[in-house]
Amino acid sequence: MSDKKSILIINQSAPYASSKARESLDVALTCAIFEMPVSLLFMGDGVLQLLKGQQPEALQTKKHEAMLTALPMYDIDCLYVTSSDLKLHGLHSEDLAVPVNIVEQKQIASLIQQHDTVLTF
Amino acid sequence: MMTLHLLNKSPQSMSLYSNMLASLSDNDSILLIEDGAYGVLDAHCKIFKDLPDAVGLFVLKADAEARGLSERVSALFEVIDDNQFVELTCQNEKVVSWY
Repeated sequence: MSDKKSILIINQSAPYASSKARESLDVALTCAIFEMPVSLLFMGDGVLQLLKGQQPEALQTKKHEAMLTALPMYDIDCLYVTSSDLKLHGLHSEDLAVPVNIVEQKQIASLIQQHDTVLTF
Repeated sequence: MMTLHLLNKSPQSMSLYSNMLASLSDNDSILLIEDGAYGVLDAHCKIFKDLPDAVGLFVLKADAEARGLSERVSALFEVIDDNQFVELTCQNEKVVSWY
C-alpha cells in the first residue's frame, strides 16, 4: 500500500474542442510521477476520448489517443468506463484505443469512496 | 464516507447533472452554487425529488439572492450562507466539483 493519496480523475469532456481532456491527462501524469495512485473514470462525452483511430493532424494538436496509450508507462492502469455511457454512444470495448474496466453505473459511487481525492474535468 | 457535490451550472447542462446523480451515495450532499442555483426552481425539481431522503440538498444564499431566486427556492432545498458552506465542507470527507 502506498502512503500517497489516491486520486480519481473523472473525465466528462470529449477531446479537442476544449483543453479539458488534455489538462486531465497532464494532472494524471504529474500525479503518477509523484507516485500517487491514479485512476481515470470516463463518463458521458468523456468516453469519446478513448475512441480508436483519432487523426488530429489537420487540427495541429497532439493526438489524445497517443497520450492515453502512454499511460501504462506511468503505471496508470486503472481506467474505468460505465457500460451505460458506452451504450449512449453506441460503442463497444473494441472501439477503444486502450484497455478499460467496464463498470456498472452503480459502482461509480464506490469508486469515489475508494479514492482520497476526486477531480473532474 | 460522505461526499459533498458542488454544482455550478444550470440544469440545462443535462449531462453534468446525470453524471453527478450517477455518482451519488446515499448520505452525500449536493450544494448548488453560481448558475447551479437555478436548480431550486420548481420546474427543475423533478431532478432532485426522487433522491433518497438522506441526500442533503443545499443552495448558496448569495448566489440564489443575486439571481432573484430567494422567494423561489423549492422546499427540497436548504439555503445556506458562506459560513455554513465551510461547515458543510468540513463535515464531508471529500468534495467533488461538477462544472
